[in-house]
Amino acid sequence: MAIGIGHFLSVGAILFTLGVFGIFLNRKNVIIIMMSIELMLLAVNLNLVAFSSFHGDLVGQVFAMFVLTVAAAEAAIGLAILVIYFRNRGTIAVEDVNLMKG
Amino acid sequence: MLYAVIVLLPLGAAIIAGLFGRLIGDRGANAVTCLAVIASAVLSIIGLAESVEGGSVERVVLFTWFESGSFTATWQLRIDALTGVMLVTVSGVSALVHVYSIGYMAHDPHKPRFMAYLSLFTFAMLSLVTADNLLQLFFGWEGVGLCSYLLIGFWYRRPAANAAAIKAFIVNRIGDFGFALGIMGVFLAFGAIDFDTIFGGAPALEGKTFSFLGLELDTLTTITFLLFLGAMGKSAQIGLHTWLPDAMEGPTPVSALIHAATMVTAGVFMVARLSPLFEYAPWTLAFVTVIGATTALMAATIGLVQNDIKRVIAYSTCSQLGYMFFAAGVSAYSAAIFHLFTHAFFKALLFLGSGAVIHAMADEQDMRKMGGLYRKLPVTYAVMWIGSLALAGVPIFAGFYSKDIILEAAFASASPVSGYAFWLGIGAAVLTAFYSWRVLFMTFHGAPRASAEVMAHAHEAPATMTAPLIVLALGAVLAGALAYEPLVGTESAFWGSALLVLPEHAVLEAAHHVPFWVKAAPTVVAVIGILAAWYMYIRSPATPARLAAAHPELYRFLLNKWYFDELYEVALVRPAKFVGYWLWRGGDGRVIDGFGPDGAAATIVRLARRASALQSGYLYHYAFAMLIGIALFVTWYIYRLGL
Repeated sequence: MAIGIGHFLSVGAILFTLGVFGIFLNRKNVIIIMMSIELMLLAVNLNLVAFSSFHGDLVGQVFAMFVLTVAAAEAAIGLAILVIYFRNRGTIAVEDVNLMKG
Repeated sequence: MLYAVIVLLPLGAAIIAGLFGRLIGDRGANAVTCLAVIASAVLSIIGLAESVEGGSVERVVLFTWFESGSFTATWQLRIDALTGVMLVTVSGVSALVHVYSIGYMAHDPHKPRFMAYLSLFTFAMLSLVTADNLLQLFFGWEGVGLCSYLLIGFWYRRPAANAAAIKAFIVNRIGDFGFALGIMGVFLAFGAIDFDTIFGGAPALEGKTFSFLGLELDTLTTITFLLFLGAMGKSAQIGLHTWLPDAMEGPTPVSALIHAATMVTAGVFMVARLSPLFEYAPWTLAFVTVIGATTALMAATIGLVQNDIKRVIAYSTCSQLGYMFFAAGVSAYSAAIFHLFTHAFFKALLFLGSGAVIHAMADEQDMRKMGGLYRKLPVTYAVMWIGSLALAGVPIFAGFYSKDIILEAAFASASPVSGYAFWLGIGAAVLTAFYSWRVLFMTFHGAPRASAEVMAHAHEAPATMTAPLIVLALGAVLAGALAYEPLVGTESAFWGSALLVLPEHAVLEAAHHVPFWVKAAPTVVAVIGILAAWYMYIRSPATPARLAAAHPELYRFLLNKWYFDELYEVALVRPAKFVGYWLWRGGDGRVIDGFGPDGAAATIVRLARRASALQSGYLYHYAFAMLIGIALFVTWYIYRLGL
């Protein structure tokens, strides 16, 4: 069975859905939310690369490089915020992070 | 210009004493108000002399008050003989009461306020009697009502005084409602409210009717009836009289000035002033006669058994006002004004005299705790005798002339109810003499019933109080004899065009030619009343108690003032309170507040609480909502494009 673009897109969709459910169903740890976001970004990257290869157009892969860069920066900033947050509140459990409750 | 000064001087004094009382102090306020009102009184006497000479109506235009379409109300003073007499009466008595108040209120901490109110009252009363249209009359009418309210409630820390002030105001509102309707009726019927237009148009309206709710009503009868309702309230006639005895909660000078000599006579003045209207409404005149005569007798019977010295005199005032009204009712307007004039002297004298007694007895008003005071208060004793002689109608004293002419007019009148008025008037005359001497004997004679220390402290009033008493006593002796010929004499041209009496109603001429027994009757019954009082309170003091025990129902009926207050309590006050409570709780509380401010606020709070439940504060809830949103948008987008 030849591996076509449909397979790549399916893997990307599965990864994205995993990321989404990781955010919603996770009640414990903020770090897991960040990892889920990374997972969603990776799914997008996979789509970009797959389409790039399918269309023979390198622009998609260039975009994937950009997304990786932004993701790295985002992860760094997010983790830094988490560290500060932990220092201030002594916890990073998701259930305790409800300062915006009305 | 003279007349404008007469009216405006008391207003100026009231403003100065009222607004700058603290600045000028008690003595300053006393001086300003007394001087202004005395000047006003002196100018009034000069003015009366002038208006008598002139004989015509004089007008002083001050300014235009209202102008709206065809309706104009000018502020102008109308000076004729009627106004002249009223000006002298009002400003004269007011000046004496002002002087008296200096002594009477000497220990009161709020003297400037008191003097300011008194002067303001004088201004309102003077603008009432100088009015040239009904609106001006109404201004003065309400002005004196306001001052009466303020002065009855002057001792505002006494709950009884506040209640009496409110009662006076509310009872007067009922009459004034009729009065205001009457003024509107006049405007509808005549298209104007100034006296000249009304008086000129009245003959043409005689017998005309208008229809209201399917009833054909006589225009002039209806209008005059409504106007007379106002007079009934202001002058405390039966039905609307209940406020006057309670008004005695005010300081005694107030009772003398407002509730005896001037304000309460405003109703009589109004009927006399509007005689060109009332003359064309015979039914209203009959009504006035019946009300006046009934009040005269009713108030006199209540006065028999009251124990508060001021209340007896208050009922006496009510009764004398009844005399004035039935005199007006039988078209003897000049006799009514004559009695008003003499009554102002002797009733103010009696009130101020009783004030001197109360002052001497350390604010005791109950006659059962007085007695034997004649040695301590010789001047007061003498003037009270003079006042009582004048009130009872003993010859040569003022009341003799005016009461006689009223009763003679009632006898001579062709009015269908004149017999009723005459006999009730004779009956009231007996009772008047009786209760007057009852007051004298209970207060000044017999053994002292007050405690020894009060009696030791009892003293004659200071000169500022006795001097006005002596002046008023002179008036009570002389006013009748001096004013008889000009005011009600057959040859007199004094009134000029001020009063209108239709030829078929003319009664004064006949009144001078009644049988001798009619002329003698008032004096005879007065002597009978005096002797009865002497027998019951000096000769055999046990008689009153025995009589009361023999007729307990009658005694209680009189002591409780014919149960008017109780009747009103049950028939009017309680239902009104119930309706008010119901409207407050149901209408205002439940409907207006419930659906209005309170209801809106509660709804917003409820909605906000539900909305705030959505704000859980958890990040993943928000993210989930965003995702659902995106999913919905994408779905919609795809369907839209048909992909």
